[in-house]
Order: sequence, then C-alpha cells, then structure tokens
Amino acid sequence: MIELRDIYKIYSDGDGEIRALDGVNLHIDRGEFVAIVGQSGSGKSTCMNIIGCLDVPTSGTYHLNGTDVSTMNDIELAHIRNATLGFIFQQYNLLPKLNLLENVELPLIYRGMPQKQREEKAKIALERVGLLDRAKKMPSQLSGGQQQRVSIARALAGDPPVILADEPTGALDSKTGRDVLDFIKKLNQEGTTIVLITHDMSIAEEAKRIVRIQDGKIISDQPGRRATYEF
Amino acid sequence: MNFKQSFSLALKSLKTSKMRSFLTMLGIIIGVAAVIILTSMVDSMKQLMVDEFESMGTNLITVNITGRGGNRTVNPEDMIKLVEEKDTLAAVSPNITIPAYMKNGNENQSVSCIGTSENYHEINNLEISSGRYLSYVDVERRQKCCVIGSYIAKSVFEGMDPVGQIVKLNGNSFTVVGVAAEKAGSTQGGQDDRIYLPYTVARTLTFMSRISNYSFSAADKDRLDEAISDIEEALYKVYQNDDYYTVVSVSAILDTLDELTGTLTLILVGIAGISLLVGGIGIMNIMLVSVTERTREIGVRKSLGATPWNILSQFVVEAATTSGCGGILGIFVGIGGAYLLCSMMNMKTIITAGSVIIAFSVSAAIGIAFGYFPAKKAAKLNPIDALRHD
Ligand SMILES: Nc1ncnc2c1ncn2[C@@H]1O[C@H](COP(=O)(O)OP(=O)(O)OP(=O)(O)O)[C@@H](O)[C@H]1O
Ligand SMILES: [Mg+2]
Repeated sequence: MIELRDIYKIYSDGDGEIRALDGVNLHIDRGEFVAIVGQSGSGKSTCMNIIGCLDVPTSGTYHLNGTDVSTMNDIELAHIRNATLGFIFQQYNLLPKLNLLENVELPLIYRGMPQKQREEKAKIALERVGLLDRAKKMPSQLSGGQQQRVSIARALAGDPPVILADEPTGALDSKTGRDVLDFIKKLNQEGTTIVLITHDMSIAEEAKRIVRIQDGKIISDQPGRRATYEF
Repeated sequence: MNFKQSFSLALKSLKTSKMRSFLTMLGIIIGVAAVIILTSMVDSMKQLMVDEFESMGTNLITVNITGRGGNRTVNPEDMIKLVEEKDTLAAVSPNITIPAYMKNGNENQSVSCIGTSENYHEINNLEISSGRYLSYVDVERRQKCCVIGSYIAKSVFEGMDPVGQIVKLNGNSFTVVGVAAEKAGSTQGGQDDRIYLPYTVARTLTFMSRISNYSFSAADKDRLDEAISDIEEALYKVYQNDDYYTVVSVSAILDTLDELTGTLTLILVGIAGISLLVGGIGIMNIMLVSVTERTREIGVRKSLGATPWNILSQFVVEAATTSGCGGILGIFVGIGGAYLLCSMMNMKTIITAGSVIIAFSVSAAIGIAFGYFPAKKAAKLNPIDALRHD
C-alpha cells in the first residue's frame, strides 16, 4: 500500500546540496511492521515525512493505496492525513491548551464527526492507553510517558490503517519505552500497518522488518530477528 | 470542525491571555464606545432643540426684516391687515426687543424686554400662571402694563403675588398684569428672565423704534407652506427683493436641524471610525504574532488532517471573537459614557438601537477583515515547516 519509487529529497543551501534522500525505493504492504534505523542525519525523518504526506520529494513518485500523492490537492492530502495516517511524534506534539480528551478528539473533529460520537471514540482510545481517568487533565500535568500514550491514543482514535511513529520512545526511559513499544506491537497484531523510526536496535529487532538507511540510501532490508518467533 | 468549536476555542485562547486580549480589543472598545457616545450626544442635543422649538409652536412663522429699503417699509398695521386678508394666517404679533433697566430695591438690573401684541402668548405657546396676558386694549391704549417671566417673579417678588405690583423700567412704572409660566427652568438670562410689554409702549422706550420682527401663527398646520408664501408675496410687493427679509417657520428650522445633525453625526462617526480602523490593525498585528507563535500548533493540526479552510476559519473566528468581545465591551462603555455625559449636561439620554447595531457589526466585520490576512498566512503554511518551527 506504500510504494516509494526513486525518491530524492535534495536541500540546497548556498554552497552545496544535501541529499537527504538519495534514490529511495521502498514497498510496504498492509499489516507490515517496519522499523527504519540509521545514524542521525541519515534521512529517516525525511523519509517518514514523505510517507506521511507532510513533505514532498524533490523527485520520484509516491503511491499510497495506489494513488499518486503528487496529484492530490491540499484538501485531499488533509483527508489522507486525517483518515489513513496516524502520527506519533518524538516530541508528543500535544496541544497544551486542550485537555487530553480534546487532544484525542482533534482528528475526529477534522473528520466532521458529531460531538457525542467523537467523545465516545476518544474515550475508547484513551481507555486503550489506560488514561481515561485523566481525560480532563492538561498535557502539562502528565509525565513524558503518559503524554506519549496520549499521542498514541490520538493517532489511533480515528482507526487509521497506517501508523507512523518517529522515534516514539526517544524521549522515554527504557521501561516506559518498552511499554509503548508493546502497545504498538499490539496495534500491529490487530492489523494496523506500522512504520517506526528508532535509534535503539533492541527496539528495531521487535519489528517484522528492519530497513537500514545511510546517507539517504537504503543499505539493507531484512526481517527482524525476534519478530519471527511470534508467528 | 464546526463553527461552535472554533468559537469556543477562540474564547479559550482569549481567556488564557487576558491582558493581551484586552489590549488588542482596546482600539475596538474605544471605537465602538465613541460611535455610541457621539451619536447619542448628537441625538440628545438634537432632541433638546427639537423640544425647544416645538414648545414655540409648530404653527409659528417668524419674519425678520433685514433690509433698509429707503421709503419702502412695512409697519405693524400692514401686517395686521395681511392677517385679516389671508385665511391661511391666524394671528400676528409685532415684536421689538429692547434693553432696559429694572429697578430692584436700590439696584438697577439689566433685563430683556419684549414688546408684543396681545396675540404673542398664543402664537408662541406662552402660558400664563397667574393674572392674564396683555390685552388688545393695553396695546391700543399704550397702557404701561407688563407680564413678567417666572424668573423675575421669583427673584424680585420672592413669593409675593406680583400681579397688581409695580416694576420700574427705565424710570417708568409698569403694572404687572400677569406672570408667564416657567418655560426653561427659571434661569437668569433664559426664556423666563423676560418682561413682555405692549409693543406700542416698548417702541417709545428706545431710539430704534422700527419694528423688524414679527411672529405669525398659521391657521392650519397643514397649510403652513401656503401661509409662508402669502407672507413672502406681501413682503416682496413692498421690497421687490427677497434679500430684505427672511420668513422662517419652526418646521423649516426643524428640517434644517435634521439635516445639520445628520451631517454632524456622519462626521463624528467617521472620526470614531478611524479608531475602529486602528483597532482592526491592532487585531491584525496580534493575530500575526499569534500565527507565528502557534506555527507548531498549526503543523500539528495539519498533520492530524486539518484542511487549509479549517485553519483559516479557526483564526478568522478567533479574530472576529476578539473584535466582537471588544464590540460588546465597547457597547457597555459607550452606553455608560453616554448616560454619564448627558446627565452631566442635563440632557435626556437618547441611544438609538441603530447606532449600537452598526457599531457592533462594524467591529465584528473589522475583526473578520483584518483577521483574514494572518489567517490566510496560517492556512498556507506547509505542514512540515510548521511542525519543525519552534
Ligand atoms: N529543512 C531542511 N533544510 C536543510 N537540510 C535539511 C532539512 N531537513 C533535513 N535536512 C537535512 O537532511 C538530512 C536528513 O535529515 P533527517 O531529519 O531526515 O535525519 P534523521 O535520520 O531523521 O536524523 P535523526 O536521527 O537525528 O532524527 C540531514 O543532513 C539534515 O541536515
Ligand atoms: Mg529524525
């Protein structure tokens, strides 16, 4: 369902150009759990942002569910981000002036769901991450791990078929990071396609497939070691 | 995202930064308050004048002879004859105002004396509270009698019944035959500080014995224009030039007053409008700051599926809410200010719904207009650039 073909992302600044992505070809099927690993600055986030329709490649084509993303207008892209993709950011990116429930409701609001229904859905999502009892709290009243769980609840509230997580455990200690990872694995088992960026090899090993990026190029693409045990 | 949502979100963001919101609104508050206060002042002032003029009688026609047309002149007898000839005219009073000194105890005080005919009080809606007004006989026989205003009755006779008493004017004794009812609060120099004499007597007290002012009353309010043209015709026959006299009716004055206050209102509202404009620019300014500050929020919203339209409407609604709240506060300040100022000036406060509605809708419209540009900027942001912003 995700199909990147000859993707280049080139930033030019005065004296030279930076090839953040240098001819990437990547195919991800429905239900996969892909971990993207690589050194800092290797182009992982750039790749993820293109998959997430937040950024556009300098050249190359990206097909999502068979449609060429470059042919979509702003409104269609917004609908894709809203219904097809769920984002989990390293920095959580919760809106500080909204309480947890309102934060989780956001994607549903943009979907035009009526108030009652979306409140219900948001509560279910919060319940799944175990934070329903704090629904009326503000993000600043939570620990980092709890905030990340809220951002996961927000990503899955709208039941998107794909979840994109850019270093979701990067700001968490290893114990909380593992909890979050277990949750993401559970989502994958329920059928959600997962693309996850991480520095932590022990986390990447849990994925079904590990894609290694270096200097904007994919240098290896192999199954995760531990993931195989589960099937 | 529906309107209610954007609205409650906007209210929330107003509440979280109260001081800034208030300062942003200040221009709008001042503008709206100014529009309401200024229009209310003009309306109240106008009503005061209208009441004054209407108390003079809407049938009243005032003639002033301004020209010195050599031998050509009119005298009171001509005017009385005119009234008898024309059925559009009911009565006339020749008026002559003379400065006089009235002896009050050992002091001489200056007082305004008006020589009139016996018809004056009816033509000018002057009521008599005790005694009677001047009579035909008084005028014809040049009786030294007078009617005094309520201020003089109070200040000179201090509770005594003035009727039958004597007042001394320029050394002549006049018998008081009546007291005029209070018309304008019995103040010194006002309409109640007057003495009315037979005009035949008054003209003997001054060197300027020519009578150049006449008040007519029209027989029928609906035939006022006819009455005016009858008078003008007669005067034109004498002077052969309409620069030598003016014929003015209270209705015409009221019409002019209407026009005048209309223009005045427009000018004042225009000036107040500048404040609204400045307020709008203030809103635009703060919205631009807000868009910059919240770039990351915009990025997050876009990553969650907000369309450009969602973002645009969020910021426009926020700007409109800011200016709308400013408008509502401005209405309160304006109404309060109008009542305060009018009561300080002893006027009845008049606030028209129109001025309130216009002031409010203009303020809301300004919020939308000036919020649009920053909102458009926010809506156009590229999601990844917005997310990276900090
Ligand atoms: N907006 C930009 N302008 C210029 N260069 C950029 C921009 N965004 C990214 N780059 C460059 O592109 C390259 C890849 O960046 P990217 O963020 O994808 O790395 P990353 O693999 O996610 O690194 P990290 O693990 O540190 O997050 C880097 O060299 C970076 O400097
Ligand atoms: Mg990165």
